[in-house]
Amino acid sequence: MSAKKQTVPFQGTKEQEADLLKVIAEHKDEKGSLMPILQKAQDIYGYLPIEVQTIISNETGLPLEKIYGVATFYSQFSLSPKGKYQISVCLGTACYVKGSGDIYNKLMEKLGIVGGECTPDGRFSLDACRCVGACGLAPVMMINGEVYGRLTVDDIDDILAKYE
Amino acid sequence: MYRSHVLVCGGTGCTSSGSEKIITTLEEEIKNKGLENEVAVVKTGCHGLCALGPIMIVYPEAAFYAMVKAEDIPEIVEEHLLKGRVVTRLLYDETVTDHGVTALNDTDFYKKQHRIALRNCGVINPENIDEYIGTGGYEALGKVLTEMTPDDVINVLLDSGLRGRGGAGFPTGRKWALAKANDADQKYVCCNADEGDPGAFMDRSVLEGDPHVVLEAMAIAGYTIGATQGYIYVRAEYPIAVERLNIAINQAREYGLLGKNIFGTDFCFDIDLRLGAGAFVCGEETALMVSIEGNRGEPRCRPPFPALKGLFAKPTILNNVETYANIPQIILHGPEWFASMGTEKSKGTKVFALGGKINNTGLVEIPMGTTLREVVEEIGGGIPGGKKFKAAQTGGPSGGCIPAEHFDIPIDYDNLISIGSMMGSGGLIVMDEDNCMVDIAKFFLEFTVDESCGKCTPCRIGTKRLYEMLDKITKGQGTLEDLDKMEELCYYIKENALCGLGQTAPNPVLSTLRYFRDEYIAHVVDKKCPAGVCKALLSYKIDADKCKGCTLCARTCPNNAIIGVVKEPHAIDQSKCVKCGACMEKCRFGAIYKE
Repeated sequence: MSAKKQTVPFQGTKEQEADLLKVIAEHKDEKGSLMPILQKAQDIYGYLPIEVQTIISNETGLPLEKIYGVATFYSQFSLSPKGKYQISVCLGTACYVKGSGDIYNKLMEKLGIVGGECTPDGRFSLDACRCVGACGLAPVMMINGEVYGRLTVDDIDDILAKYE
Repeated sequence: MYRSHVLVCGGTGCTSSGSEKIITTLEEEIKNKGLENEVAVVKTGCHGLCALGPIMIVYPEAAFYAMVKAEDIPEIVEEHLLKGRVVTRLLYDETVTDHGVTALNDTDFYKKQHRIALRNCGVINPENIDEYIGTGGYEALGKVLTEMTPDDVINVLLDSGLRGRGGAGFPTGRKWALAKANDADQKYVCCNADEGDPGAFMDRSVLEGDPHVVLEAMAIAGYTIGATQGYIYVRAEYPIAVERLNIAINQAREYGLLGKNIFGTDFCFDIDLRLGAGAFVCGEETALMVSIEGNRGEPRCRPPFPALKGLFAKPTILNNVETYANIPQIILHGPEWFASMGTEKSKGTKVFALGGKINNTGLVEIPMGTTLREVVEEIGGGIPGGKKFKAAQTGGPSGGCIPAEHFDIPIDYDNLISIGSMMGSGGLIVMDEDNCMVDIAKFFLEFTVDESCGKCTPCRIGTKRLYEMLDKITKGQGTLEDLDKMEELCYYIKENALCGLGQTAPNPVLSTLRYFRDEYIAHVVDKKCPAGVCKALLSYKIDADKCKGCTLCARTCPNNAIIGVVKEPHAIDQSKCVKCGACMEKCRFGAIYKE
């Protein structure tokens, strides 16, 4: 849950807005459509800044505070932009007992950021996640959906180097 | 007709180990050899033995290739598929004996398993409805719609003794009967696929390996309670499951197995997907429903129960994926068949996700009443590195740690509760002597603090205070009084929290206090962490007899805490040591130890 103040100015394009309006029009009359709209809005913009929430509020007629409430409740929604490469380290139980906590600490040290943050150059963002269901390969981390399993602390440099 | 079928696992574990690459290489290689009309490649769901992924099985021989690499594919195609000679060297070694290759079902991992919910996982192509129908799929729905009344269905479920597989174990037949009894213009059938327990992935495997079984069972539920609309609430973190569910729903609609007038009867039923957005509390039934309605996923008080007032304030039933996966089989084989398995009060089988410090990590489905020892030592293949078993954790953040003294307890709902744990959704994490139980309790409380929705005070503040006390203990600042306070607070939270999340959140603390109190005492009184995990209570030392004075450690130390000259034993300045462990990792002579 990241209700942090947004630091990067909003740079949404006309195309993105047109996509968003289309999504809203498709879902508007469904029951309980706010979640699918927010999920697709995040796909379009990469995050849910207040400007995007305002568009959704204007189009659906839902109060902005309700939208903000939902957007800040779920950990999948982010109010600040993510890095080009999104690293998530699994801190589920199976990974944790096999040492994923050490992997996470090492990444924070290497990248100089804490979980939930993005490096100043916008390259990497780091998050802890809960179980990606690849417990057979524990400990596991993901970079933009690519899974790295059976990790040791020594593997980290080589893996990060792939994305430099 | 193909003369040979190659089944490659496309579950999450194997996909993460690279099974997509295996499939493309295999298809190319088969084409190169001109075998594309003789050999079929099938991408299946999970086989269970994720530790050995990527997994590939070649029929009719049932040769089980494990940890397959793309480089091995040309050899397998040339030797096995073209010339008919199994490449023994690449088989799972448990299937290779002195007398030749044995069947997979005779290996320790599979021998004691009985697959009902996972029946089709790893057997059929989940993206092809014909394969599901070919194994008896949608037969149960046909039987229900044409030969049975809703009351018949409820009686079959009641007689079978099926209890909810999501963890609480409420009898499924009773749940359905309650929802049927309430009259309303609209009712709903929901499926809880928001599998949030870290370390549990059976629902994901069913959805990825056999999605139609869930659709079929939900349609049966719709007919039984009088609902026309179903929702599956599935985690967005499971993209493969979402994709296959979408494919399955579309295929079922095309075949007229969802939609209007199913099987030519008056019964109409359709299903939509709703994606979760990463909130553990949405696994709780009332929270899940308000989340589908598009709100913050906060639980509400019960009663009214969902069977009376659920989704959109209409009568609703919500069952877990694994529960649904059992239902078509119960309809087809009868309640007596199902009730013949398991223990007195827990019938049938249960799927467990084995993880942690165990050799055969993966999914297993065993009859209720199997002992923990059988699961860990026989099916799980024991603990790696010859380490000693310390505890098994079941039930995720709501469960507890089972110590070695209960190793022979038959696993079922009631036994697990009686020893302070619970079934939960079926995660089973094994811990060895290197795991600190105070640290584990702290880990789970950190999870609950993070995932508590904040609606009720006992959970929001209580779990935070519990976490702080555990943190204090792991830093060596705890007192014996803290242990008593913690216990008192645990019982307070259990009695007063609003929903299941809060009511069970203290279980990891209570069960470790109950079985591993000596570890807590060691932290509090002796200021030591016996497992060597809690950093503040450790000191790194150099064994002067083993140290060769190579200076590697001194050069590695980020804080210049290691002193000594070349070829003389070194020592660590404890006042400067930050306990990062870098020296211990680097030492080639095993001269650095922690205590």
